[in-house]
Amino acid sequence: MIQNNSNHKKLSGVVGIFDEPHALIMATKKTREFGFKYFDAFTPYPVHGLEVAAGLKRSPIPYVTFVFGLAGCVLAFLYQYWTSAIDWALNVGGKPYNSWPAFVPIMFEVTILLGGLSTVAALFIFCGLPNLKKKAFDLSITRDRFALMIEIQNLDEKDNLKKTKEFLQSVGAKEVREVYEEGWGFSL
Amino acid sequence: MQVNTVYQPEILIQNNKTFSDVNNEVSVHTERFPTFKWWFCFLAATSAFLLGATLASIMFRDGLGVLGLNQPNGWGVFIVNFVFWIGIGHAGTLISAILFLFRQKWRTAINRSAEAMTIFAVMTALIFPVIHTGRPWYAIFWLIPYPNQRGLWVNFRSPLLWDVFAVGTYFTISLIFWYIGMIPDLASIRDRAKNGIRKFIYTVLSLGWRGSNKHWSHYEIAYMILAGLSTPLVLSVHSVVSFDFAVANLPGWHTTIFPPYFVAGAIFSGFAMVVTLLVIAREMFNLQSYITINHLEKMNKIIMATGMMVGYAYACEFFIAWYSGNPFEAYAFVNRAFGPYWWAYWTMASCNVLIPQIFWFKKARTSIPVMFVVALFVNIGMWFERFVITVTSLHRDFVPSSWAYYVPTWYDWGITLGSFGWFLMWFLLFCRFLPVIAMAEIKAIMPTETPHKEVHTNDSK
Repeated sequence: MIQNNSNHKKLSGVVGIFDEPHALIMATKKTREFGFKYFDAFTPYPVHGLEVAAGLKRSPIPYVTFVFGLAGCVLAFLYQYWTSAIDWALNVGGKPYNSWPAFVPIMFEVTILLGGLSTVAALFIFCGLPNLKKKAFDLSITRDRFALMIEIQNLDEKDNLKKTKEFLQSVGAKEVREVYEEGWGFSL
Repeated sequence: MQVNTVYQPEILIQNNKTFSDVNNEVSVHTERFPTFKWWFCFLAATSAFLLGATLASIMFRDGLGVLGLNQPNGWGVFIVNFVFWIGIGHAGTLISAILFLFRQKWRTAINRSAEAMTIFAVMTALIFPVIHTGRPWYAIFWLIPYPNQRGLWVNFRSPLLWDVFAVGTYFTISLIFWYIGMIPDLASIRDRAKNGIRKFIYTVLSLGWRGSNKHWSHYEIAYMILAGLSTPLVLSVHSVVSFDFAVANLPGWHTTIFPPYFVAGAIFSGFAMVVTLLVIAREMFNLQSYITINHLEKMNKIIMATGMMVGYAYACEFFIAWYSGNPFEAYAFVNRAFGPYWWAYWTMASCNVLIPQIFWFKKARTSIPVMFVVALFVNIGMWFERFVITVTSLHRDFVPSSWAYYVPTWYDWGITLGSFGWFLMWFLLFCRFLPVIAMAEIKAIMPTETPHKEVHTNDSK
């Protein structure tokens, strides 16, 4: 849990806790319309409509998958062609050295393999996983509660902090608190 | 008479569960000392595995002669087990990927355990091609095309090598699909953990997931793409496995019907295994509200449908054997049903085609004892299907003087038993340490998603 009075830790933002997804979607929408740029919602499951309310763009992961999948297909063909027709051309059952129909199953499998692995790699890079630096600020968010965090960019402005808190209350947060930057409590 | 025209969405999770009930009831099994029933099953599975491992070790020392293989039966129980276990895995991917793409929301209660089953089934299957070489510590290097001191490449035109790529890719993609799906749930367990060691382990496993909306938006796309990649992959895997047979010029194997026939059979046997495991798991871990009779009934319908596809394939093979006018093909099939292995053929046909017909009756589809027994018969029947395909085509080859009857020895049977032990051992460990139900996915399909304020208790502070 977060200690509110810790002076040595850096304030990262103010979080408002909500009890149900619809209230969170409405609050997120208002936050964006109000002009906040650095905010994020936290939910126990993917809440549909929230990405629209937050104004998120569609994830670019499909392009990564496509490029790597295509690369897998081409590389698998080139490798089979090179080993079977160039490096050690071996006559197998009278088939041509470049018996490309026989290479198709492996081309397909490597397409899927590279496509899948690159999808996961892209997911990890875009989400900053593994996330070592930012601890979960509320234990109920992976269970049944919903949160909206507005980042405080400039700590010195006390006014800024107070206004953000008031804003979160005004959009219906049940509970508002400050969040300090904190790691997971152990180093890897 | 009043007609209710309002569309009522299907209630997938029963007994008005709240979100926090889901976390409590699914996670609690990872947090307490396992029950006596669990230990009993685990020790039984481990003993079976150790028996198999001991027999396999003796086989490595003395050679493959301890098995029932002879001339011309060069393939026996090991390839039967390989095909059987790969097939078992297919239902997991069907549930997790194909039903996901078709927006079948009922899959969410069972996809986690079905995917786990896929991974353990593929791990079990992979044992057999490796140990059947007799010298696995060399063989695993010969399978992989890397520049080596022998100066040789693998034969890329061989279905046996396609198998290496197909099964290897299948295992890798299934594993990451399963793991990615599990990250939010591992974070749930992490946030419940009181014990420091548990907290540490689940923090590492959950990769510091916090449920951020930005992350969910990437996550959902990645999950959908993995489902999209797994779907053609799973169809390709058993097709490639069937090529091991279909590319060979042997009557009974050399047929174009094999890829779809194998895939249907794989889904059929896999669903039977899912039903077997879930019937036990939902009782053992009190998950009746999540894995409902409704879920099991839907799986039983799929069992019956795929069972009839398999039955059609059996009939089609006989028709083509006659219609082709090829005497060798015709002989292979007459020999299959009425030759020395008639008992295996008719075990297969009755277990796979006749017995699932009982699912025409709703009473049978929704009865736990009936579906458990039928699922066991289907598993036996599908094991015999692979036995029939492998052995009946081999035991009488083109030269009658070399015909021989194949009898598996108790090394074959013991190692087969060991593979079941190995599979169940992993499955039981999964039930003990990981969330058996996809909690985050379940929440999105619960009636509480449009919240019932009065039941939505809020005890978090």
